[in-house]
Amino acid sequence: MIPKPVLSVTGIAKTFHGEGTSCPALADVSFDVGPREIVCIMGPSGCGKSTLLRIIGGLEIADAGSIQGVSGSGEGTASATMVFQDSALFPWLSVEENIVYGLRLAAQKMPEEEVRRRVTELLELIHLGPFAHSPPHELSGGMKQRVAVARALAIRPSILLMDEPFSALDIFTRRELEDEIQRIRNELETTILMVTHNPEEAVYLADRIVILSERPAMVSEILPVGLPHPRNPADPEFIRIRERLTLMVQGRPDREMCKTIPSASK
Amino acid sequence: MVLIKRQTIRDYGKGLAVVVLLLVIWECAALIINNNYILPTLGEIAEVLLHPFEPVLGGESLVANTLVSLKEVLSGFFIAAALAIPLGLLIGWSSEVQAYLNPAIQLLRPIPPIAWMPFAIAWFGIGINSILFIIVLGAFFPILINTVDGVLSIRIRWIEVAEMFHATTPEKLRTVVFPGALPRIWTGLRVSFAIAWMCVVAAEMLPGTTAGLGFLIMYAYNLGQLDVIGAGMVIIGIIGLGADMLFREGHARFFAWEGKE
Repeated sequence: MIPKPVLSVTGIAKTFHGEGTSCPALADVSFDVGPREIVCIMGPSGCGKSTLLRIIGGLEIADAGSIQGVSGSGEGTASATMVFQDSALFPWLSVEENIVYGLRLAAQKMPEEEVRRRVTELLELIHLGPFAHSPPHELSGGMKQRVAVARALAIRPSILLMDEPFSALDIFTRRELEDEIQRIRNELETTILMVTHNPEEAVYLADRIVILSERPAMVSEILPVGLPHPRNPADPEFIRIRERLTLMVQGRPDREMCKTIPSASK
Repeated sequence: MVLIKRQTIRDYGKGLAVVVLLLVIWECAALIINNNYILPTLGEIAEVLLHPFEPVLGGESLVANTLVSLKEVLSGFFIAAALAIPLGLLIGWSSEVQAYLNPAIQLLRPIPPIAWMPFAIAWFGIGINSILFIIVLGAFFPILINTVDGVLSIRIRWIEVAEMFHATTPEKLRTVVFPGALPRIWTGLRVSFAIAWMCVVAAEMLPGTTAGLGFLIMYAYNLGQLDVIGAGMVIIGIIGLGADMLFREGHARFFAWEGKE
């Protein structure tokens, strides 16, 4: 029996309207994410991967389609939280205060002892206990991203959304964090949906890879990665899947680009 | 580290040299003119400054007058901050509110606070209330403008993080917008304190006041006591400089994160 999906995305469409231009980003995107799955979204650059993730996270509204499994507002239990490419930590709060940020809001109504318990647990999980009271600007890029992951996990979301979370990191830190994500998934039974532009990262982490077509994006293929963990990027089977994935993602080089692409990345 | 320190000391030295030079020029000029109704010597000014608790010109002491001015400026400053910060947060947050209020603000802002003095006296009478009105007017706009700028400079991502955790609008304002704008608000406070300090001295010079550094300077002028005026000016300068240094120190201490996020 197939378990009930944590997240069901059905027929999502989104068109951006600029000054005199309209730019269809997502045409008809549908896929499911099962419990404890790590699903990566890949596609040609500018195809609307981040937009899709932002719609699932409730930061943007779709023109059509439905998202089932995560509620856009309220109800701390069935929710999606996001880790951005830049950690987007609050620089005026310490590491610990950043992690508990979501828990102290009225929407979560968390009793203080539960807040304390979770922060201790999360600091241990991301190995940043000694830095609990440090301001974010004293941390390295990898450490900041760990804090962002802990902050997103603090409210125990039903799904963790990650938007190219490691793309600004050097290759060693990146691999370290990828392993950590794997470990966190196993320890906390977290379901993860990650946008990445790195085929190796997708094959290294994902149970399945959702490949989007060029804009306006549709799901062109869903690629299962059947390899056991821990995966070895030098393994011939790993390389074969990675190469296949790279070919599938590559778009035509001369595709038409919209003049204005609205985005909230500031 | 040592290099930086040496550089800082050298810069201080340069600045100090110019101050000393100005004092020497003043003293030479005073000795040459030899008329303390035109230019008192530094010694005469220092003589006044060295007796801060004694009555000056048959009135209150230097310290008493300084305290009066400080009390006025602080009251006006806090009233202005209490009005300007919430209003600035609102204007920065809501483009609708900004559309309504911005033209009026831009129109009122260039008017020098002292120009309001006749109205102030007509509305509030002679005395502390008129002076407070002028100080609040002077301090209000720099805080307001900087608060609005501070809110507008907040990264959209921070707001999105709050939204992701389903923060309510008051929560967003309290936990993201206000702390995120605070470094700029602080800059506004620093600028506005300097303006408020100028306003209080100017306002106290107007007829009807009976205490304060501005009053003391004007009173001494009427009696031709230029050494007292010089002493008043020295106190004004030192307090202004001290306040500015405190604000700068506070900025460096509280907002070390600014620009590093």
